[in-house]
Amino acid sequence: MSGAGPEAERRLRLFFYSGGGPRTQSLVALIVVAALVLSAAPAGAATLQDLLTVCLGCHGAKGQSAIPEVPSLGGQPAFYLTIQLMMFRERLRAVEPMNQMLRGLGDDDLRAMADHIAKLPPPEPAAGPVDPARVERARALIEQNRCNFCHNRNYSGAENVPRLAGQREDYLAKALSEYKNNTRRGYDASMADVLYPVSDEQLTDLAYFLARQR
Amino acid sequence: MGSKLMPFIFLIAIALSLPVFAQQEKPGAQPAAPAAPPDPSKPMPSLQPQPTTVPGRPDIPNAEVAQQLRNVAPLPFGAPPDKLPTAQLKLPKGFKVEVYASGIPNARSLRVGDKGTVFVSNRVLDKVYAIVDKNGKREAKVIASGLDRPNGLAFHKGALYIAEATKILKLENIEDNLENPPKPVAVYSDFLNHQSHGWKFMALGPDNKLYVNVGSPCNICEPPATNGQIRRISLDGGSADVVARGVRNSVGFDWHPVTKELYFTDNGRDWLSEDLPEDELNRVTKIGQHFGFPYCHQGNFTDRELGWGRSCDEFEKPVALLGPHSAALGMRFYTGKMFPSQYQNAIFVARHGSWNRTKKIGGDVVVVKLNKDGSVKSQEPFLTGFLQNNEYSGRPVDVQVMKDGSLLLSDDHAGAVYRVSYGNAKVAGR
Repeated sequence: MSGAGPEAERRLRLFFYSGGGPRTQSLVALIVVAALVLSAAPAGAATLQDLLTVCLGCHGAKGQSAIPEVPSLGGQPAFYLTIQLMMFRERLRAVEPMNQMLRGLGDDDLRAMADHIAKLPPPEPAAGPVDPARVERARALIEQNRCNFCHNRNYSGAENVPRLAGQREDYLAKALSEYKNNTRRGYDASMADVLYPVSDEQLTDLAYFLARQR
Repeated sequence: MGSKLMPFIFLIAIALSLPVFAQQEKPGAQPAAPAAPPDPSKPMPSLQPQPTTVPGRPDIPNAEVAQQLRNVAPLPFGAPPDKLPTAQLKLPKGFKVEVYASGIPNARSLRVGDKGTVFVSNRVLDKVYAIVDKNGKREAKVIASGLDRPNGLAFHKGALYIAEATKILKLENIEDNLENPPKPVAVYSDFLNHQSHGWKFMALGPDNKLYVNVGSPCNICEPPATNGQIRRISLDGGSADVVARGVRNSVGFDWHPVTKELYFTDNGRDWLSEDLPEDELNRVTKIGQHFGFPYCHQGNFTDRELGWGRSCDEFEKPVALLGPHSAALGMRFYTGKMFPSQYQNAIFVARHGSWNRTKKIGGDVVVVKLNKDGSVKSQEPFLTGFLQNNEYSGRPVDVQVMKDGSLLLSDDHAGAVYRVSYGNAKVAGR
């Protein structure tokens, strides 16, 4: 993995002090991790590995995020991750901490990060009792809208299409609703297209169901 | 990072995290859980799905097959020149192809300025580039960024016009200011914002108006009256009228050099079948003609959902069919002097290549030759080789005839521009 050197450290500082994070929760976890990383590493020696440590501080070192609305990244296809990292770097997706984190990184850095993250284990599905009515509604919607054609029958995703199985329910609900209301830009128009006729309530059923898939 | 700050940071972090993590403990808070909680190790209860589909979503019983129809995403970074598939590209005898410029992610529409600058646009990214010479090497320089799907380009009297998803922008006197490009100024913005087919192709007509495709915001639907059309707009944005209706999504048009009639490609609907419908080459003989979408496809059959009660006889028929799902995009009449005379006034069409088909087709350039009366005489392959073993190493988007008669070709997959020449002509501008 190529080292990002002083640039990575500068980025950590920027990120750390930006205070522009969308959610206090994420920022808190970030502060903890950033502090750990920077206190452990000698000044100026932060590398891409350090950056990844910060990334996974929020997204989950074992592929599973414990932070509301921060997605689990384990088991995501590397090509999908590369595209999203590029979109954050280019500010095609405006999420301030992500934009700051990736600003100025090279294409190879993004590829290396994606390859590393893709190897993390897929997240465990949400546990607990299941509401069969919601499951039934979600299954019917998935059948109608052919979600499984691109995301695979087991929702594992592939290539440019993300894994959905076991993703955080709150993140799924947020992402779906942002695609639907055009506030999240997709790499292509497929999701906005598919979600156009789907109601907000139906989106929460989809998120509920997918978060419980393995 | 000053180590003096550390204890302070930890304190803030811990203080802030207390309510946060408490909040996280709260699970999805589902009221009225079923009486007997199911064993999470067992599979979900199997429930019969509803057999209905949303219009435009396919009935494909076999999900394994359906997965082969997944959309093909362009590579997020431009490929280096030595990774481009130039050596495997094939052309008729006497022609050759070389890399003109590379490292232009998502290279889409091509346009040439009056002083010879080649401009390249983006669709999934946010930039417009000028290809400039730097120490004898061509490279792409960003002249505008932060744009919303800036696919369309037109050039008139020193100004570059850019069609974004919801605006037309103008960059005055751009060729004299490539180093320090002016801020784009909006001249027109009467467009709906939609993701599906929201990007726009644009060209300058012989009447010095901007012709813009306003695509249908769906795969198949009754588009709003403002969409599914080619619109022409005065250069100042002050007036507009509809040139062609019943257009699903055109990503290429040009005017016949002699008759000045508008010819345009149109992409057929998806998810109907492997082989139907074919993309169209259309010809506008009268302003305001209707070309069939969403009722009639390829001029000879009605849509299975929206075509009931309609007949293809109500609409203009295409002058050529360009292959099912082949994604015929950019097209230009050849008016250069370099290629043999049989290519004079013929149309080069860039076919992006199918995704909604298990056996892919397209990913090439075809040449359509016309009769004197403007009807189609023949259609033949011109540049092939991007599609091998059902995979793309490049996907053609736009063609541009250069002053020296060579033909440029953009590829939005590997992020490159190629140059096709005939005979022993040297690369211009080296």
